[in-house]
Amino acid sequence: MTVGNTAVVQPSLVEARRSLWRRVGDWLPAVMVAIGFLLVWQVAVMAFGVQRFILPAPLAIAGAFGTYFSEIAAAAAYTATEAIGGLIFGVAGGLLVGFVTARWVSAREALLPFAVAINAIPIIAFAPIMNNWFGLANPASKMAIAALLVFFPVMINTVRGLTLVEPAALELMRSTAASELTVLRKVRIPNALPFIFTALKVATTLATIGAIVGEYFGAPRASLGQYIVQHAAYFNFERSWAAIIFAAAIGISLYLLVLLLERLVMPWHASFRSHET
Amino acid sequence: MTADQPASASASPVVEVRGARKVFAGQSGQRVEALRDIDLTIGRGEFISLIGPSGCGKSTLLRLIGDLTSPSGGSVTISGKSAHRARLDRDYGIVFQSPVLFDWRTVEKNVQLPLEVSGVPRAERHERAARMLELVELSDFAGHRPWQLSGGMQQRVAIARALALNPQILLMDEPFGALDEMTRERMNLELLRVWQATGTTVVFVTHSIPEAVFLSTRVVVMSPRPGRITDLIDVDLPYPRTIDTRELERYFELVTRVRESLRAGEGREAGEQAEAGRRVRAEGLSA
Amino acid sequence: MSGEGSVTGRSAVSRRRRVLGVLIVVLVIALAWVLIKFLAGDPWRIDGQLVHNPPFRWKLANDQSLPHIWQVFGTMTRPIQPGGPALASLLFDFSVYTARGAALGFALGAGFGLSLGILLAHVRVLERALVPYVVMSQTVPIIAIAPVIVIGLQAGWFSVAIVASYLTFFPVTIGTLRGLRSADPRAIELMRSLAAGRREVLWKLRLPASAPYLFTAFKISATAAVVGAIVGELPAGVRDGLGGALLSFNQYYTIAPERLWAALIFSAGLGIVAFMLVVAAERLFLRGYRQTEELT
Repeated sequence: MTVGNTAVVQPSLVEARRSLWRRVGDWLPAVMVAIGFLLVWQVAVMAFGVQRFILPAPLAIAGAFGTYFSEIAAAAAYTATEAIGGLIFGVAGGLLVGFVTARWVSAREALLPFAVAINAIPIIAFAPIMNNWFGLANPASKMAIAALLVFFPVMINTVRGLTLVEPAALELMRSTAASELTVLRKVRIPNALPFIFTALKVATTLATIGAIVGEYFGAPRASLGQYIVQHAAYFNFERSWAAIIFAAAIGISLYLLVLLLERLVMPWHASFRSHET
Repeated sequence: MTADQPASASASPVVEVRGARKVFAGQSGQRVEALRDIDLTIGRGEFISLIGPSGCGKSTLLRLIGDLTSPSGGSVTISGKSAHRARLDRDYGIVFQSPVLFDWRTVEKNVQLPLEVSGVPRAERHERAARMLELVELSDFAGHRPWQLSGGMQQRVAIARALALNPQILLMDEPFGALDEMTRERMNLELLRVWQATGTTVVFVTHSIPEAVFLSTRVVVMSPRPGRITDLIDVDLPYPRTIDTRELERYFELVTRVRESLRAGEGREAGEQAEAGRRVRAEGLSA
Repeated sequence: MSGEGSVTGRSAVSRRRRVLGVLIVVLVIALAWVLIKFLAGDPWRIDGQLVHNPPFRWKLANDQSLPHIWQVFGTMTRPIQPGGPALASLLFDFSVYTARGAALGFALGAGFGLSLGILLAHVRVLERALVPYVVMSQTVPIIAIAPVIVIGLQAGWFSVAIVASYLTFFPVTIGTLRGLRSADPRAIELMRSLAAGRREVLWKLRLPASAPYLFTAFKISATAAVVGAIVGELPAGVRDGLGGALLSFNQYYTIAPERLWAALIFSAGLGIVAFMLVVAAERLFLRGYRQTEELT
């Protein structure tokens, strides 16, 4: 790689300035959209006197957020425990069954298409049954739904990740007479990690959804789902929206946790995926 | 002895490259000079091969000629108009190393693609595509899907597609590089037959010295760092060329000449090896 | 000089094996259900007579928590109100109602997702501006917004469709983006060499190339739309759909647990039907495409 006869500017300084500028440029449009959106929202509500029914002004919501913070936070904590519990059980179960299924081809052929089909069922519909099995007031009822929701994507992706390995890579391992366990550790698991993390990202949302929808079917008052529904029914939409913000925060925090974990476990891959989801 | 002798560069030039340069911005602000001071004239109906080691810029030059990238300096004219104008006028057909056929279209519809883009009415499209498939001897496969065909057949479809609009210039970027040797030699003969039937001007990029000599009227030897033309070799073998052409002494001489030119371009001595090789082959033939 | 033998897609044999596999698993589940009741349920009584006394007792397997499978199907044949239609017929009507909301939601969400994906793929600045929010919209449990939308808009099953469409649009947007970008760069150069305009490149190259990705997204979205429709019916207590049925039968669970299970079976059925419709459409539209592995 030669440089032509033109003079070469100090690459390091230009490079540093350019990369910082690029970093800012990457995020600026998104930030502008957020600010713009909030501004337009606030102005529209004030100018047009939009019914406070559906869309209270952002300031009103912020107000409700401040006033009722402690009670909403308590409800959010309850819901978050359900979501996290369900996430843990569902992921553990999905990984376990995934590993087992990937190992035995016959199990895989039988179970995988079925798991994909079951994933099509609105598992939410099981929520009332869970409430009846575990008891309305028992967070385990919501954890069960969340875990069920999480289980299938995790299991399916684990199986895919462990089995969809380049044949050439497997042949390479076989040529060194590597044991199955070694192949598992050195080839299949690294191959499966991106698949598993994709599933984990989806799982965080599913767990939160499972917890909240489960609460719609019946739960203690101090839970986000019930809080949102009750206050919506009484047309206290600012309080509902404030609670929704908490719900969103739970979802986003869990997602960010997974991103962090991903960056720790797969540093080589995480940066590559910056343009994908 | 021969049917037609293709036109030489002096008569009616089709491609005129004058003082062309191409500079790329590299990863960390470095600049890479892919091509420097390229002067090349190609006559109508010629078959030109661009050959050289990796990094010599032959693919870049091909793209410059086809207006798929613009020069950092100098000019490229096609029959008097700019390369950009020529592309908008659809004067080019292009064939890549991979056939790049659309999975969701039948073979016939793949060949029709340029005609569709060009706004040719349906009946005429169908007729022209059929004729092109006949030319490459794949009429029986018009209704097949690309992935049902072998690699060589797919490339033939790609060639039929490239010629669908009867373009002035056919650009080929190592089209047979992914094929096995025997299929490759067969495809060489196919290509020559098609070329003689249509009279298109061909610019052909290759890694293979025998292929370059076998196919071309002229071989353009390039070398890297920076990319430039180091030699132009006329191939005075008679047409039509057949498998027997590969046995001619003149063929071996030209192959050796190209090889030496490549080595010289890379700064290496021709060496006694080439001398010895030539002597052995001459003795073998005369015996 | 013929090419490889004609390949018409996944062979009929493997497809038959799949159907068989599914049937077997369904059978296994039914058997497991009966077995659990046999081993650990309440004593089996038919018309008051003790027929079988299970050796173990498991709270989750008693008649309250887990009705006999034949009880569930039995209750489907009977009306829930004197002189009214059979439960199965009612549940079918509810399914149609929910299906309508889900279908409209799917159409809206898919349409929006597709347009958004195309827009983002072409306008770089917009992509950088909006993709973070698109991703965030997935992490936000939209389900939380459902009550506000449904109660606030007061638009009946249209609000339900809105909730369904929100759950649908995200996978479709991502699938569209991925698919549009999946076009071979050589194919793009080919189109450029033919001086094809952006719209032609979109129609003739990028969109057809994204079809496989789109159908993968549609499979997820179809299911999500059904979930959205059901959940959308909950907050407003809409009584005409499956969500409403789940709610009401939930209230009467202690009296008639089989009805809730019956509603559950219909919900599952709706989800599977939606999924199968997409699979059938996929088979139709992707007929010519080379068979690749699932592009999840």
